[in-house]
Amino acid sequence: MSTPVDTTPIARQKRNRFLLQAACIAVSLFMLIPIYLISLAALSTRDSLNQFPLSLLPTNLSVETLNAFLGSTGIFGALGNSLIVGLGTLLFAAIIGVPAGYAIARYSFKGKDPYQLFLLFTRALPIVVLSVPLARLFLTVDIYDTTYAVILLHTALALPTTILISASVFLSVPIDVEEAARLFGCTPLGAFGRVVLPMALPGLAAASIFTFVMSWNEVLGASILTLDHRTLPAQVLSSLSDSPLAYRFAGGFALVIPSIIFIALMRRYLTNMWGSTIR
Amino acid sequence: MADIQISNLVKTYPGGSERATDDVSLQIQDGEFTVLLGPSGCGKTTLLRMIAGLELPDSGSIAIGGRDVTYLPPNKRNLSMVFQSYAVFPHRKVRYNIGFGLRMAKVPAEEIERKVQWAADLLQLGPYLDRLPANLSGGQRQRVAVARAIVMDADVLLMDEPLSNLDALLRLTFRSELKKIVQDLGTTTVYVTHDQSEALSLGDQVAVMRKGRIAQLGDPLDVYDAPADRFVGGFIGSPPMNFMDAAVSHDGGTLVLGEQQLMAPSILRSFAGRDVLLGVRAENVTVRNERSSGDVAATVLVVEPMGSTILLTVEVDGHTLKVQAPPTFRTAPHKTIWLGFAPNTMRVYDRETSMALEAK
Repeated sequence: MSTPVDTTPIARQKRNRFLLQAACIAVSLFMLIPIYLISLAALSTRDSLNQFPLSLLPTNLSVETLNAFLGSTGIFGALGNSLIVGLGTLLFAAIIGVPAGYAIARYSFKGKDPYQLFLLFTRALPIVVLSVPLARLFLTVDIYDTTYAVILLHTALALPTTILISASVFLSVPIDVEEAARLFGCTPLGAFGRVVLPMALPGLAAASIFTFVMSWNEVLGASILTLDHRTLPAQVLSSLSDSPLAYRFAGGFALVIPSIIFIALMRRYLTNMWGSTIR
Repeated sequence: MADIQISNLVKTYPGGSERATDDVSLQIQDGEFTVLLGPSGCGKTTLLRMIAGLELPDSGSIAIGGRDVTYLPPNKRNLSMVFQSYAVFPHRKVRYNIGFGLRMAKVPAEEIERKVQWAADLLQLGPYLDRLPANLSGGQRQRVAVARAIVMDADVLLMDEPLSNLDALLRLTFRSELKKIVQDLGTTTVYVTHDQSEALSLGDQVAVMRKGRIAQLGDPLDVYDAPADRFVGGFIGSPPMNFMDAAVSHDGGTLVLGEQQLMAPSILRSFAGRDVLLGVRAENVTVRNERSSGDVAATVLVVEPMGSTILLTVEVDGHTLKVQAPPTFRTAPHKTIWLGFAPNTMRVYDRETSMALEAK
């Protein structure tokens, strides 16, 4: 005679798995629905936007609205400016931030902890507080209203995260692999270039996503520091109040898409790095 | 190939209060296999890392092949090394890993290819040359690390606990393989381990370290048979050496163990009347069920059959001893057995300093 099997634990496990799945779907929908709606609106005709009830299915697709948006004055230039600023920020932040992150990860020096804390102080200041004095400064050195001005501000804003993320990335590269490279004939720089950097690349790619998307989305500083050479969000913002509904949706769409594409491109490196732990 | 002269090496880590190596001097002959052995924190790895140039000493000097290398960077020392964690380059294939040092030394490509093939054959890595390290087992990764080190024609081969991450069976087979490879190469080798059986089986000379100093330096069998102090005797050997308090009789002829007496080794004539510490290895005690002359009575506490021997834990005069009996020996806990000590296998130590007593 066998004892009756108590199936409660396995039933609970099944229920928990179902709830987890449901939560995942809910979170995904929370992110996806706005993107879907804005894409739908941007890709619909102007007339269908005014219909009631609004169709939630892509029945009336057209690129008319988007064309009108891209054709309006300043948008194409702003798109270019945004790309220049985003990539320029990426470059500057990498040149300064990656070595700084390496130093924090590998060397112990006096004042290391306060230094790490001070890094974050840049983010503690509101962007307005930073931008207004910067605008004055940039006026005197004659780089006001240029993409350089915005690149410099965005680099300053991005550096804390770049430094701290790359420091943690370099910490995850085992030190003895670097030591092995040194022992087998590499100079310190050679060991970094041949062994440490290739191993850190996935993580650094992740850091660059944050930098690029931060720069792409930042609007306040860019608006203050430029007049005629606006980045896309600054341009859209300045013409938002006096533009039709369709224009606003098209603008939102144009803002979202590039950062999504960028994240999609970099995602490969992200899953490479964390793939073994999160899958 | 080269000899190594280490003189008065002192190193204190920043923030540390104790010296990691405390005035260590060590001579290693050309082609000699030296094992640095000791518990964790004894300074053995620090010493190896200073030879490698991965740590710099506070004072003292290191010369390899007559050339001062004390403060030279690692890439200028012509060394190669096997790391405890293997430290293979995970983003490169096995072939590149093994040839890495040669490539850095700008050796011609055909020469690299030939040497990589030779090392791969030697370490049975031939089929894996075009794999990434992630697709290898731990044992194979360690073979890659060894192959990378031996292709180098380096002056000195350094090994930092290269077997400690392998499972027990693999460790045993790879140990003898490693010994043969290093013997055939004839390279001066410094090998760090905390495993005393590795030290005894591999080394030409063993340096037992404790608290930043070398407690004993010598041939493995000497270190095993005649430990210089209580620490070395207790650290080397499985089971470790037994220690008992004893007193030398006034004529110097017998050792008094509580109420029992033993024949004293002849060197004790000059220590008549002194209190000493008696050290004896488990296998040097003869175990009998019947009393023979000069035997000491002991009470059995634990009986552990080990296959080839029986390990007995017994009590003599309040001291717990581990002794070895042949597998045919039969006894049980609480029984009394008789132990015979051969005078020439006994070691005596000063009770205060724990140092071995030498005949005056």
